[in-house]
Amino acid sequence: MRDKFVVALAVAAGVLLAFNLYRIFLVLPDEALQGAIYRIIFFHVPAAITGMIGYFAALLLSLAYLSFGNFRYDSLAASVVEVSVVFSVVNIVTGSIWARVIWGIWWTWDYRLTSALVCVLIFSGYLMLRRAIDEPTQRARLSAALCVFGCIDVVIVWKSIEWFRTQHPGPVLSIRTGGGRIDPAMEQMLYLNFAAILMIAIALVLIRTRQEATAREIDSLRRIANAA
Amino acid sequence: MKSLAQALSVARKDLAIELRTKESINAAGAFAVVILLLFSFAFDPGADATREIGGGLLWLVFAFAGALIFNRGFARELPNDCLDTLLSSAVSGASLLLGKSFANLLMLLAVEFLSLFVFGIFYDVRWWLRPLELAALCVLATWGISVIGAVFGALTVNLRLRELMLPVIIYPLLIPLLIAAIEITNALFSNRPLGSYELLWGRVLLVFDIVFTALAMALAETILVN
Amino acid sequence: MPQAIELDRLWKFYGDYPALRDLSLNIAQGACCALLGRNGAGKTTLLRILAGLSPFQRGTVRVCGESPRSEKARRLNGFLGHGIGVYEDLSGLENLTFFARVAGIERPASASAHWLERVGLARAASMPVRQFSRGMRQRLALARAFLHAPSVLLLDEPFTALDDRAIAMLTELLTEARRRGATLVLSTHQLREALAIASHVALIENGRLCYAGERTGDMLEDPALLYRLYTKLGAA
Repeated sequence: MRDKFVVALAVAAGVLLAFNLYRIFLVLPDEALQGAIYRIIFFHVPAAITGMIGYFAALLLSLAYLSFGNFRYDSLAASVVEVSVVFSVVNIVTGSIWARVIWGIWWTWDYRLTSALVCVLIFSGYLMLRRAIDEPTQRARLSAALCVFGCIDVVIVWKSIEWFRTQHPGPVLSIRTGGGRIDPAMEQMLYLNFAAILMIAIALVLIRTRQEATAREIDSLRRIANAA
Repeated sequence: MKSLAQALSVARKDLAIELRTKESINAAGAFAVVILLLFSFAFDPGADATREIGGGLLWLVFAFAGALIFNRGFARELPNDCLDTLLSSAVSGASLLLGKSFANLLMLLAVEFLSLFVFGIFYDVRWWLRPLELAALCVLATWGISVIGAVFGALTVNLRLRELMLPVIIYPLLIPLLIAAIEITNALFSNRPLGSYELLWGRVLLVFDIVFTALAMALAETILVN
Repeated sequence: MPQAIELDRLWKFYGDYPALRDLSLNIAQGACCALLGRNGAGKTTLLRILAGLSPFQRGTVRVCGESPRSEKARRLNGFLGHGIGVYEDLSGLENLTFFARVAGIERPASASAHWLERVGLARAASMPVRQFSRGMRQRLALARAFLHAPSVLLLDEPFTALDDRAIAMLTELLTEARRRGATLVLSTHQLREALAIASHVALIENGRLCYAGERTGDMLEDPALLYRLYTKLGAA
């Protein structure tokens, strides 16, 4: 039943994504100021938002695990963080490509890109911590604690880097579509692709959660075998 | 308050051990001096520009040296199962973390003082111009670093890759605090008055300290008992 | 009769693996319970839960009527695990003074000096533990565990690797503790020593409680009796 749902979700996401790609590359016109490269926004922004939603969800799931002790929350939290990190990396890479085409440099210290990078580092630490702990209950507790610290820190990091980059005296680069309101056709495309990317993210999370549960089952079977 | 008294006993015990062995302070102090020396090859030590980045240099040195101190913090409880003895004793998890943070704070402040001294000589920066403000900044910022160091020192104490994991975890978390400390330090070294920009960072420091100290106290049992 | 320790349907999991299963056991105040079972049965796990060192997932655990992590339970318990629980770089006196201080003992320094005298370490009071012999370390560990007159003593294989002097000292301390009404729980492989002082016995195998009851004369005569009767192992 659950597997059928995941497959259905993945297929639906694939179809929507294919449709979106068709529209993005073949139907929508080039943007007035930026040319063809502006299309990257349809991946850059949804990936960023998916990542941030994921981190927030991970916070709630970690708190749920610490309150109730149910491993399902731990598996979900770990899967959500993993998928969010992937989408944050997509966000950073697409931002970097965009900067290269528009500004001629591979990296700008734009506050959003920098904050995204810090988030990736914080949650990469979370993933590394999980790999370093073998015992499942200890792994769940400690990574939940780290997740809580990390998520709260993310809030402070975002505001700090924004203030540092925008209020700090000196040149500031910013990635935006070249000013003015976004065209309604483009705005609709943005939401459509956000939906596709979110569906992909959810499917990945569900698959990953199943893997976590299986790994825990294997660990307990190994302990039973050792005890006999 | 009993918890505070217990925390101070723990800190006192750690400092007594440290004064006798001098493991952490020697290692951290030597490391700080070496990094300051290495930086002198990366930047032109005499230039005015160096004065502008002096704050950044110093706080990176403090953060790196701090990791050495935090690693030892809970690691010294491992031999003879002392950590188990402490946890099953009347000392609560929160008091233990608080005590470790106090000890970290004092040790790191000692290293910072040494570093400032060496820094002033190597880089010709007059850091003593605003002593009270600098002292206040050091205490505030170092407290934040010490609490994070204590929490994650406890969290990673039983891991086989402890020395690698601790820096990887704490440095991204410390970014807001380091930015704040760097900006204020640069203003102090350039003898600029502390304007609204620096006070903004002062508030960030305060919020960081309060939020993470509270979070550490709240999650102490979760982190220590597993 | 007030119960010093109450376990009700206790389960402890490592991930999905149950290390302790559905354990229910009451130990009355003043009793001395010997916890028996082979390696890996769950004795150490249980003692650690009672000492507040390990969380558990299901059931209830009460030490002196409170949760094992509560301040009252931790104040009243004394735990002696496999490690000696003292700091190598501090002296015997400094170690005991620290533990006395955190236990809230008035005049910690003089209490510590008294205990050092008691375990025969007075001459080595200012020597760092690093320089202690093995026997001296064992005696210091005993002093540390009994220093605050705990009401509940949790001892994990306390007789293991003790020399004769330390065994005599431990037995004396345990007897004295029982006389003042303390409750003792000790896990052990040394059946004879443990059964000699125990009033009750609990046998654990594969995380389950196989037997719990008073220590009888039969057990004293034939310490392996319980293993034969209640476990799948046959003779121990």
